[in-house]
Amino acid sequence: MTDNTTAYVILSAILFTIGTIGVLTRRNAIVVFMCVELMLNAANLALVAFSRMHGNLDGQVTAFFVMVVAAAEVVVGLAIIMTIFRTRNTASVDEPRMLKW
Amino acid sequence: MSFVILASIMVIAALGLLFARKPVHAALSLAVVMIGLAMVYAMLEAPFLFAVQIVVYTGAILMLFLFVIMLVGVDTSDKLKETIAGQKVLAVSLGVGLGATLIAGIGQASIATMRGLASANEGGNVQRLADLLFSRYVIAFEATSALLITAAIGAMVLAHRERIDPKQSQTDLAQQRVADYAKSGKHLGPLPPPGTFARHNSNDTPALLPDGSQSTKSVPAILAGGRTEEGEDA
Repeated sequence: MTDNTTAYVILSAILFTIGTIGVLTRRNAIVVFMCVELMLNAANLALVAFSRMHGNLDGQVTAFFVMVVAAAEVVVGLAIIMTIFRTRNTASVDEPRMLKW
Repeated sequence: MSFVILASIMVIAALGLLFARKPVHAALSLAVVMIGLAMVYAMLEAPFLFAVQIVVYTGAILMLFLFVIMLVGVDTSDKLKETIAGQKVLAVSLGVGLGATLIAGIGQASIATMRGLASANEGGNVQRLADLLFSRYVIAFEATSALLITAAIGAMVLAHRERIDPKQSQTDLAQQRVADYAKSGKHLGPLPPPGTFARHNSNDTPALLPDGSQSTKSVPAILAGGRTEEGEDA
């Protein structure tokens, strides 16, 4: 199993699918954001698996950059959720339905 | 064998993230997935990513999520009523379709077996990663550092609240407190701190009044389920 790249890539695909379904079905903005993080982690797994398949470290460096970008995205995204919560007092994604406040 | 065990734990935890009703349970399931991923990175000869995954992803990003869950509301659960009819059924079916397409495509592609990183990791994984990071990927490195600075400043700008009314000085606050006491008998001193007992000692443990009842004023309002008062820092 440890030499079979396909197993890791299929695990990455399964995690990505679960994340996608979570983004589409959950109503709480924070849980939607966590599912986006799950999708990013699945992509990271595929990158590291392919890095080992090719025998060089480019995939691992790319996975490292994905982690950095995900960290920056979480910072700004959670700040946005906090700001929306302050004005509307709800964290549901169904509530912000009109552009005008 | 260990990969099969890890993979099953990760998929079960990911499904837990999908079906958890409280956001805190979802965050904990995500923590299980991330630590499982860290172990998979260790299996894939990526020790640096194993450490960074635990420290940065689980230790920093997930903690940020937990802080925001604490501030936004621990009790909020998803409303089951749909705003668009049939959206959940369509979403789940399309998501499962996406998964089936991905797995079918990957299964049909002939991906080579792993060559292993024994030669690429010569002299240490961290050292070889550093070689790559500061030679071939140095522009991306500088760009992501600029991105991190921008994200931090952006978060500060978003969280900043402008002061609309003038700031009350200490004299004003003291006079306000005495006026409140004269008008309604409201207690002049500070609020009571949370309870410190033999078995419970946390911010949401209420203090006990002399007659044995719990003091609702000793627990911060946001931990008891309410919002912070206007004018106070969150």
